[in-house]
Amino acid sequence: MSTRGPVATHRSSTGIPAGRLAVWWLLASEIFIFGGLIACFVLFKLNGTPGFEDASETSVVAGAFNTFVLLTSSLTVVLAHAAVERGDREKAFTYIWYTFAAGIVFLMVKVYEYSGKILSGHTITENLFWSFYYTMTGLHALHVIGGMVVMALISFDVRKGYNYQRVELIGLYWHFVDLVWIFLFPLFYIANF
Amino acid sequence: MSEAAAAIHTEDHAEHHEELSFLYKYILPVDHKMIAMQYMFTGLIMAVIGGYFAYVFRMQLAYPGESVPFFGIVGPGEYNMMVTNHGTIMIFWVAMPVLIAAFGNFLIPLMCGCDDMVFPRLNRLSYQIFLVSALVLILSFFVKGGGFGGAWTAYPPLSSVPEFSLTDWGASLWVLAVALEFVSFLLGGINFVTTAMNARAPGMKMLDIPIAVWFIVIAVILFMASVGPLIAGAVMLFMDQRIGTTFFLPSGGGDPLLWEHLFWFFGHPEVYVVLLPTMGIVADIITVFSRKKLFGYRTVLYTAFATGGLSFVVWAHHQFVAGIDPRMANVFVVTTVLISIPIAEMLFSYIATLYGGSIEYTTPMLWALSFLFAFLIGGVTGIYLGASALDVYFHDSYFVLAHFHYTFFPITIIGMFAAITFWFPKMFGRMMNETLGKIHFWGTFIPFNCIFLPLFFLGLAGQHRRIYNYDHFPDLATEELQDIRVFATASLVIMLIFQVIFLYNFFYSMFKGEKAPDNPWKANTLEWTVPSPPPHGNFKTLPTVYRGAYEYSVPGREMDYWPQNMPPDES
Amino acid sequence: MSEVHAHPNYVKVWYWLVILLVISTLGPMLEIPAITLITAFGIAVIKALMVAANFMHLKFEKHIVWFLFIMSLTLLGVFFFGVAPDVMMTEGDQWIDCIADNSCVEQRL
Ligand code: HEM
Ligand SMILES: [Cu+2]
Repeated sequence: MSTRGPVATHRSSTGIPAGRLAVWWLLASEIFIFGGLIACFVLFKLNGTPGFEDASETSVVAGAFNTFVLLTSSLTVVLAHAAVERGDREKAFTYIWYTFAAGIVFLMVKVYEYSGKILSGHTITENLFWSFYYTMTGLHALHVIGGMVVMALISFDVRKGYNYQRVELIGLYWHFVDLVWIFLFPLFYIANF
Repeated sequence: MSEAAAAIHTEDHAEHHEELSFLYKYILPVDHKMIAMQYMFTGLIMAVIGGYFAYVFRMQLAYPGESVPFFGIVGPGEYNMMVTNHGTIMIFWVAMPVLIAAFGNFLIPLMCGCDDMVFPRLNRLSYQIFLVSALVLILSFFVKGGGFGGAWTAYPPLSSVPEFSLTDWGASLWVLAVALEFVSFLLGGINFVTTAMNARAPGMKMLDIPIAVWFIVIAVILFMASVGPLIAGAVMLFMDQRIGTTFFLPSGGGDPLLWEHLFWFFGHPEVYVVLLPTMGIVADIITVFSRKKLFGYRTVLYTAFATGGLSFVVWAHHQFVAGIDPRMANVFVVTTVLISIPIAEMLFSYIATLYGGSIEYTTPMLWALSFLFAFLIGGVTGIYLGASALDVYFHDSYFVLAHFHYTFFPITIIGMFAAITFWFPKMFGRMMNETLGKIHFWGTFIPFNCIFLPLFFLGLAGQHRRIYNYDHFPDLATEELQDIRVFATASLVIMLIFQVIFLYNFFYSMFKGEKAPDNPWKANTLEWTVPSPPPHGNFKTLPTVYRGAYEYSVPGREMDYWPQNMPPDES
Repeated sequence: MSEVHAHPNYVKVWYWLVILLVISTLGPMLEIPAITLITAFGIAVIKALMVAANFMHLKFEKHIVWFLFIMSLTLLGVFFFGVAPDVMMTEGDQWIDCIADNSCVEQRL
């Protein structure tokens, strides 16, 4: 949507701007997608399905570091939003790219983890635990990549001085991706009993 | 920010008057009415494919092993593929695009009094993804091994292991197509809900919204809330097929029952996702043609909320014989019987609306009334199936098949015809021919009952679904049973022939029909206050709303209708 | 964005999140499953709420959004508890042991 568009876009019977309302709905439907996967994972885990003890093989350090990276990126993206509210576009631009960089770090750690696991024989078909591990973290990583692409596109608009509201919207999405990770971390890395 | 917003408003009026090139007007439109047309025509084309499949496999059932005209000899694999894709197409590529996407797109902005959807380009994107999904599905029929034949419910391991399904890529493309369709409707749904929540005309309070819009929005919310786990499931199924994981394979620690739960957690709400839009459309039609206020607007609305809520706790009634925990089966029997209460109440409200009205039997009204009649049969037989003890016998028999066709046919086909004949003047600016419309109505409605009523008896006689040649089953190959099959198939052929009348009427009226006035039916809702067809941007000046949508025959007023946007001091 | 509200102190929230992260990582070292459960998942919930309330500004958002998310999570709960009796109480393990020689299939026929 450009800055123009139909009158409808600028109406707000609920008091929530259209863009933000739409992002809330998007996130609600994402809750069901990730929630569905998490529910299935937990069902198998509680059932004592063989293979789930492999959670002890994942590297807590790598997982914790990635959690830290995402938490920090959540901070930078919200600071970008605060900067844009003050009208400080250059600052906002910088913060967005900090966030982007954090995304890169996150993905690099993931690549390191994946390759290590695959080399030591833990492939996606080894057992259900690893199937879930690769499916869920992979889907999550796709969300990270998608968020990064959108963020990069937005940053230039913002520096030129338009579409400010989008910083908040991508921020909401990014926080959600962070939230999902906050739950994946204990599921895959910590809870190995 | 507010200055910027003001600037935006002045700018966008300039845009409305630009002439669009053919490409942007018809191929890549952002106008909600044109996108609605795209959805409708895509849906109608898919309906032709789905109908053709039905014709072929019904012919095979009536004359097993004989060559079917316009097809040839039907092999077992082809039979399975056609049954599977008939169901998939009719639900995901006909009912949803036509009822929700096409009429949702057309009606929500017009009925809410705004110039377009909130996100026109998202709208276009969702159609494009939908189109791709349809093409992927069609492609899946032609890959090596043929299209997927594991039923629209796609239960693993049959669907997840190529050695079992015998359709290596057919099954995967099927999953992919369905998943793409879900994504398209998620994006479209976000747009619908946001538009109805945020972009209503000034003065339009929650209880002034026409039931048609309300129900489409509730349906979309149900869809968004139920489809997530199935998207997750589709990803898992796809991985099982292509990568060799074992999410649903017991041999690898997985659980096939989990898929059934994922599927039906979506699948049951889905039946209300398609039911509610038609219910809403019918509410609007019967009030207009009985010139009466909708009986119990709030009640109707609350029953829809109740149905929506309950629809999330009944799903396992599809799995009574699948080996689920019997204690859970008890729970699901109770909830299943409960859900028929709000639905019945809604139907009673509609019947009460008709009571004492001055009914005009126009074509759309005939469709709407026949919907009420046919859906009643569908709903009542659902209660039989909801009792787990009975379902042990009925499950996977033609009784189930007749049950859900008595719900889905009225919803999809009758609802679609009701909506098209009612809004045709607004969509194309011309009237449809009433006589042809009525011939088509009777030529569809009578054969419809002749097809599906007998199937209840076949089901009671123990005829199983999804069998391609009953000659292999001596108990079912008796002459009486075969006669019933032939009768049903003959009725189907007659019904299909009558559709030619509809097609003729549709296209002839589109170009040559009598010019339609703005408000041919004397209805209240906002879409009838604009020219037919509505111009780009819909309203010359965006309307303000003063009252609800159903003020017909208000005592003390000269006019028997009262448009929503007419200021109270005018008459 | 146009509504005025005081910003939470984002950096302070972030400090707390990192402290919680450290606790949840150290929790398992006590090797008491019950405590790991609390430090892992209890803290995940707290972290999630903090991110949602402060970074996502749900603190200041209209109630309808809360309603939306609570409904979503409730429905997920319904799903979980509807499925749990089946997926968690099957005797699927027996199938794994005997699937190779088909003995369990015969036994059930
Ligand atoms: C009054 C409400 C309803 C009740 C109590 C009800 C109950 C049931 C039950 C118990 C079954 C499972 C039968 C079996 O497989 O053994 C069933 C199947 C089915 N119902 Fe309904 N139903 C109701 C309304 C609807 C509506 C409104 C629709 C469609 C819009 C619908 C569509 C279906 C379909 C498609 C199936 C078969 C699915 C399959 O196995 O392929 N039902 N119904
Ligand atoms: Cu059902």
